[in-house]
Amino acid sequence: MLKEVCWQIGGEQGSGLDSTAEVFNTVASRAGYYVYAYKTFASRIKGGHTDFTTRISVERVLAPAAGVNLLVVLDQESINLCARNVYPGAIVLADEAFDPQLPEGLDAKLLTMPFNKMALALGNTLMKNNIVLGASAAFLGLPLEHFKKYAVRRWGNKGEDFVALIHTAMEQGYNHVVENWPDLRLELAQPDGQERLLMTGNDAAALGALAGGCRLMFSYPITPASEIAENLVKAFPKVGGIAVQMEDELGSIVACVGAGFGGARAMTATSGPGISLMQEAIGLASMTETPVVVVNTQRGGPSTGMPTKQEQSDLLAMAYGGHGDGPRIVLAPGSVEELIPLTAEAFNLADNYHCPVLIASDLALALFQQTVEPDAADLANLPKIDRGPIADPEQLAALGRDIFERYSKQVNENGVSARSLPGMKNGQFLATGAEHGPMGKVTENPANRVYMMNRRLRRITKVNTEAVRYFGSPNADLVLLAFGTTLGAAKEAQPIIEQMTGKKVGVLQIRLIYPVPTAEIARYVGDGKALVVESNATGQFAFMLKGTGYDASKVASLLRYDGNLFTVKDIVDGARAVLAGEAQYLVTGGGQGVRPTDDPTIALAAKEA
Amino acid sequence: MAVTMADFRTSEKSWWCPGCGDFGVLAALQKALVELGIEPEKVAVVSGIGCSGKIGNYINSYNLHTVHGRALAAAQGLKLANRELTVIAAGGDGDGFAIGMGHYMHALRRNVDITYIVMDNMIYGLTKGQTSPTSEHGFQTKSTPAGNVERTVNQLQLAIASGCGFVANGFSANQKQLVEIIKRAIQHPGFALVNTYSPCVTFNKQNTFDFFKQHLTNLDEDPTYDRHDRFAAMKKLMETEELVTGIVYEDPNSVRYEDRVAGYPAEGIVNRDWSVDPAVWQKLVDQYK
Repeated sequence: MLKEVCWQIGGEQGSGLDSTAEVFNTVASRAGYYVYAYKTFASRIKGGHTDFTTRISVERVLAPAAGVNLLVVLDQESINLCARNVYPGAIVLADEAFDPQLPEGLDAKLLTMPFNKMALALGNTLMKNNIVLGASAAFLGLPLEHFKKYAVRRWGNKGEDFVALIHTAMEQGYNHVVENWPDLRLELAQPDGQERLLMTGNDAAALGALAGGCRLMFSYPITPASEIAENLVKAFPKVGGIAVQMEDELGSIVACVGAGFGGARAMTATSGPGISLMQEAIGLASMTETPVVVVNTQRGGPSTGMPTKQEQSDLLAMAYGGHGDGPRIVLAPGSVEELIPLTAEAFNLADNYHCPVLIASDLALALFQQTVEPDAADLANLPKIDRGPIADPEQLAALGRDIFERYSKQVNENGVSARSLPGMKNGQFLATGAEHGPMGKVTENPANRVYMMNRRLRRITKVNTEAVRYFGSPNADLVLLAFGTTLGAAKEAQPIIEQMTGKKVGVLQIRLIYPVPTAEIARYVGDGKALVVESNATGQFAFMLKGTGYDASKVASLLRYDGNLFTVKDIVDGARAVLAGEAQYLVTGGGQGVRPTDDPTIALAAKEA
Repeated sequence: MAVTMADFRTSEKSWWCPGCGDFGVLAALQKALVELGIEPEKVAVVSGIGCSGKIGNYINSYNLHTVHGRALAAAQGLKLANRELTVIAAGGDGDGFAIGMGHYMHALRRNVDITYIVMDNMIYGLTKGQTSPTSEHGFQTKSTPAGNVERTVNQLQLAIASGCGFVANGFSANQKQLVEIIKRAIQHPGFALVNTYSPCVTFNKQNTFDFFKQHLTNLDEDPTYDRHDRFAAMKKLMETEELVTGIVYEDPNSVRYEDRVAGYPAEGIVNRDWSVDPAVWQKLVDQYK
């Protein structure tokens, strides 16, 4: 019995593998397992290699597995690309149609099955994927009933005959394995039977926005952000909102500023290239003190970069991008689960600090499915809507005209003064991107300029949110600083590093990227060393941290920027190097890590129950 | 108490040059709002950059002065946030038809219920006299010393071609007509374009008040002109090279974007309760089980 298993399927893009993997993940989740799924894909619709990997466990998992236990391949290219990532003794199940060959010296069992022929016999080549699912279920000891039930739910509207065909295909795949390889099993331990949720970060961001009172979405399609808008388009009619596909990113964010000025909660979602285009309006929102929320699903940059690959390299653009000194808040959820409350909270922060709030998601967080505990999606547990300081309409009406000072010297502890909303009598004012006085009228008076600049900047020094979370040993020799997708691998690596080095190791999750929570970081790192784990080439967060005056000699960097996710092994290796005195450790990549057998230490990750 | 002109004035001293055409546009807008009896707090003026963009300084309403070329995007966002407001987008020919052209075309297609007033002076004034998208072919400016070799943007024809349901052209010196046009534009359900010839007295020595007086064809003086006929409108604009005043085209069957989107609430989103019904929420969450 295994505590966890890693299943991978590889083949040609556009041949239905996406939904095959989705079915597999959903069924595993409904069976009660924790799931962490990821994929490699290219910026094209059909053709080219794609693979889907799912880590199934009886414990919570939030990072890629060190190796693969069961690899299903539908073409030779997938063997060439994926086989080096299998655990020793793993099963490689291939379609016999293409005469599969394993690389020389690979410690794995190659089994062939006539997927294609079986599907043809059923009269529908698409059934190949259901035969694969049946065969996989047999190897892993997942009840076929779960798969069959899900097929009814998902394809029931296509008619009984179609569902019956799917059931037959699944059964044939299952039986083929049982009959031919009765002794070969990778049987999973029984899960706890709890019902959990399975979603992507883009699903979670949409849910969080809805709970946070967002009722307007203006965006332009871009990988990997588009699903957030697609989700909201479906959900808004149920709650009275509107999602507009704008002509470009500039229009998207400016429309959000317009809606925010009007008092509603609006959001846009984009990725790096869109963030570049939006900078001018992020500045406008800072200058006019207008709430606006932006989700940035970071991907490989600069320019078009690698649209379908992981990176966390927009930190500087999000925190400092644009001209002038424009304050904003940048949040970084560390899991899909956390995206729900943090997105909801982003709207409260925007309304309380009157500035743009950016959510730093990343491609892996945005697109890959993860198990989410139902508590995280319980409406009762999510932040309540807090609209921040808004002028009282009755007091305004009694005030008389030309008296209300939107940018008043009377500010609350956040450095923010109450705003009036269009429609409120006597609350009229000018919100302008030009420098202005208390009523919004344009002025270049030097004293006013300094006052207004300080007024705008002061608020972000007061941001009150849970900026960091600490895991692992207190008073650690080494503290891994991680955010976004990287957090999961860092948390998993922490006990392994401790075990291997005998040093005390902690993980500090950075939830507030900007303003940099330097005091909290200093408190947790103490006399130890901070190792910033980030998916970019220049160590952007480490740069920001050092820029706040933090002792640079205490900061080391662990960087990966080949487009792939940090693995636990990457972090273990990096931490060991830094503990041995290196200041920077680069993961040079070349696929999803090195073969597990190349390093005996990685066996630590191949857990048995 | 009835709304008066005084209600829409501000104490701000004007930064426009004496004699600028924009004074006439501002006055016509204020008068139209007064005549429609709309209270100042229910009006939001969203402007871009340039001389025209300063209009928000001089009108007592909610004003959002945005960045160059983006007024239409902000105005649509604002209107969709609170459809109970009268939203006026305002800008110049450079703001709207050069840097803002992308937004212009799509605002026309989308048909959100806003009124777009363009102060068209056929030149860049605030940057001191460069050629604009509506400058005449051959026009000499600082950026085209040998004469403008590019063709002119025909913004009214573009509007009609793109399905805009209300296309009008005014002249800032013809107050009476401009007030009537703006009133009608505000009442029109959907996007309404009010282009106005608003001469720059400092930098444009060619397209002056006198030039427009001599060259403009007033559609109101032609009893045979049918403003509901899209083809006739296009023909008239081609014949006159867009030197017309009056309502050029009006679609009596225009349907707002707001009314074409399923589930969009009848009242302003900003005035609604934003909490999610727990039953609706559960359904949304259950799709991930």
